[in-house]
Amino acid sequence: MAPVGPRSGDAIFANVERVNAELFTLTYGAIVRQLLTDLEEVEEVNKQLDQMGYNIGIRLIDEFLAKSNVSRCVDFKETAEVIAKVGFKMFLGVTASVTNWDADGTCCSIVLEDNPLVDFVELPDTCQGLYYCNILSGVIRGALEMVSMKTEVTWAKDMLRGDDVFELQVKLLKQVPEEYPYKDDE
Amino acid sequence: MGREVSESCVDSLLTEMVSSYCNRLYANKPELAAPRIEAIGYQVGHQLSERYTMERPRFSDHLEAIKFICKDFWSELFKKQIDNLKTNHRGTFVLQDNKFRWLSHMSVDPSSENGSTVEDNSVAAGESKATQATSMHLYFPCGIIRGALSNLGIPCAVSADISNLPACSFVIRIKA
Repeated sequence: MAPVGPRSGDAIFANVERVNAELFTLTYGAIVRQLLTDLEEVEEVNKQLDQMGYNIGIRLIDEFLAKSNVSRCVDFKETAEVIAKVGFKMFLGVTASVTNWDADGTCCSIVLEDNPLVDFVELPDTCQGLYYCNILSGVIRGALEMVSMKTEVTWAKDMLRGDDVFELQVKLLKQVPEEYPYKDDE
Repeated sequence: MGREVSESCVDSLLTEMVSSYCNRLYANKPELAAPRIEAIGYQVGHQLSERYTMERPRFSDHLEAIKFICKDFWSELFKKQIDNLKTNHRGTFVLQDNKFRWLSHMSVDPSSENGSTVEDNSVAAGESKATQATSMHLYFPCGIIRGALSNLGIPCAVSADISNLPACSFVIRIKA
């Protein structure tokens, strides 16, 4: 019988089509660079990267659900664990950890020690204020929104800014009740 | 074996990059979006070619460099080589990939029988939206090839021809 229940991130990553990470890393770097040239304002670039991530997240969630076999998470705690252990692994090939839960279980940190987006990246002084990996926060926000969770995702630590790890703070703002998918004819 | 990421990461990023430039940043101004997408490709090609040739002697002539693009370079990116290489021996090379990976996930409007050609950043008027979207996606690999060759000291112009889908031909014209 086929195993039921969620698959591990490692198992999924081993089975998906994979490509050379250099291509991904350098392409992302080139996009950030081009956006800096075109938009000039670092704030604007942060916004665009977040928007790009959001758009990717709302599409990537389908692939995530289909391949991971993850069904409904019982609470936000489980959701965060699944993102860290399965989501990051199956797409980026790295695992993250979840820490810093607040008392009511609606805000936590996803910590990334290894991040393929920043291989070979060094930011010049002119890029102060840039959240280089902002696409990642957008992806998480977009993906969660598709499973009825409104979140706010911000960077608490950033290795490109001298911190020891990447830390994303994920705050659950609102759990939208699921709507019946079909509207009655009026 | 170097580090890998899932193919969907690259696919999603490329799709979103093209869509950001064409639909948000320079909506309805393909003449502004196209050179930027090409420039992103150029940068990537330049850097990749630098990495992949680090431990190699210099290429003795243009053909050697083009062969490197067809074999080693293409294999690093697509896990396959270019299927067919033609040249007029006067500085024009045509590299054909019989099933170009970055187009295989895209739906192309079958009504555009003649396909389309991406050339000199001009997008022919009147072509369907889908064809135009495909052309936009081709500026990126064209830029990659131009960047890679430029890093090898070969200035050139690169265009793409998709009149035989799913095959895609890249036409390289070396500047004298």
